[in-house]
Amino acid sequence: MNTLSNSLTETQAESRAKAGLSQGDVSDFFALLKPRVMFLVVFTALVGMVVSHPDVNPILAFVSLLMIAVGGGASGCLNMWWDADIDAVMTRTRKRPIPAGKIQPNEALAFGLTLSAGSVLILGLASNWLAAGLLAFTIFFYVVIYSMWLKRSTPQNIVIGGAAGALPPVVAQAAVTGHVAWDSVILFAIIFMWTPPHFWALALVKSGDYERAGIPMMPNVAGPDSTRFQILAYTVLLAPLGMAPVFFGFGGLAYALISLVGGLGMLALAIQVYRLRQGEPAMRVAQQLFAFSILYLFLLFATLLAEHGFGFFHPVLG
Amino acid sequence: MADQNSSYHLTPEEQQRRRRRSIALGLTLGILCILLFAITIAKLGPQVLNRPL
Repeated sequence: MNTLSNSLTETQAESRAKAGLSQGDVSDFFALLKPRVMFLVVFTALVGMVVSHPDVNPILAFVSLLMIAVGGGASGCLNMWWDADIDAVMTRTRKRPIPAGKIQPNEALAFGLTLSAGSVLILGLASNWLAAGLLAFTIFFYVVIYSMWLKRSTPQNIVIGGAAGALPPVVAQAAVTGHVAWDSVILFAIIFMWTPPHFWALALVKSGDYERAGIPMMPNVAGPDSTRFQILAYTVLLAPLGMAPVFFGFGGLAYALISLVGGLGMLALAIQVYRLRQGEPAMRVAQQLFAFSILYLFLLFATLLAEHGFGFFHPVLG
Repeated sequence: MADQNSSYHLTPEEQQRRRRRSIALGLTLGILCILLFAITIAKLGPQVLNRPL
């Protein structure tokens, strides 16, 4: 009976959607923007701005940051529109607004395209067209290159696609200074190198989900052991790269300590992931690496924010 | 649009959702106006208002 009433409700919802009546609530549209990813975009972009020490009107800086956030949200929305079919078969994503039937795909497409165009246009008006072009490229890269092309065709999907998630500090620096300098490129490189160990740790735990959806994640294609080795290899590169801001002069004493300890923590967990390959302990340590990688990146950027935004900068070199 | 949908009777829940969407859209448009005004003043300065008509 319950199933029958559910199916009736779904049919009603479908027919009303066909008649142009939206079924989505405000919170559903907000969920399309991937708020957690948007927070990360805002946070890393803010750090990209602050380390540049720009001489810019704070209103324009705020509007630029807001538009970078909206652009990030728009690309998340377009990603959900394109990936609605695979989201529906993965436990992690099946409650998203489109597979849950709360928002129709065409609504999400229109919403995402409107926000994309609006955010690029207003960023261009508020800052400059280099920043606007970089934001447009970021949205294009995430939606077309990553979502439409790489995600379903190669296990290197998140490696190359990670560039989109790494670009916000570069866009932010371009917005407040009018150019791209080494410091934002280094922040880009850190996020880029952080992405594979972060996502592959999750993929080790959720490999069944990805396999069911037909996404060629590294554990499903190359196998868990090869993935573990590659996680370790990327982490070996990430740990010293995380300290690069110190050598380029924009990471102070606190950053040096936190990046050193955090990098060693990442390395220790990556070694554990490489060594433990069977059963519950292997899954647990992969989950720990996934969780710690979020903390690691957050601490690196939060420390830079504290050093440059709140005057805690004490140079290590020079 | 209203005529097109006249064969449908919105449930109270649907009416509430539509109302919330309308309020959110109105607020967004209001914020957009404020942002564009603020950008204009911040980029061009208050002199933008002081010009021969």
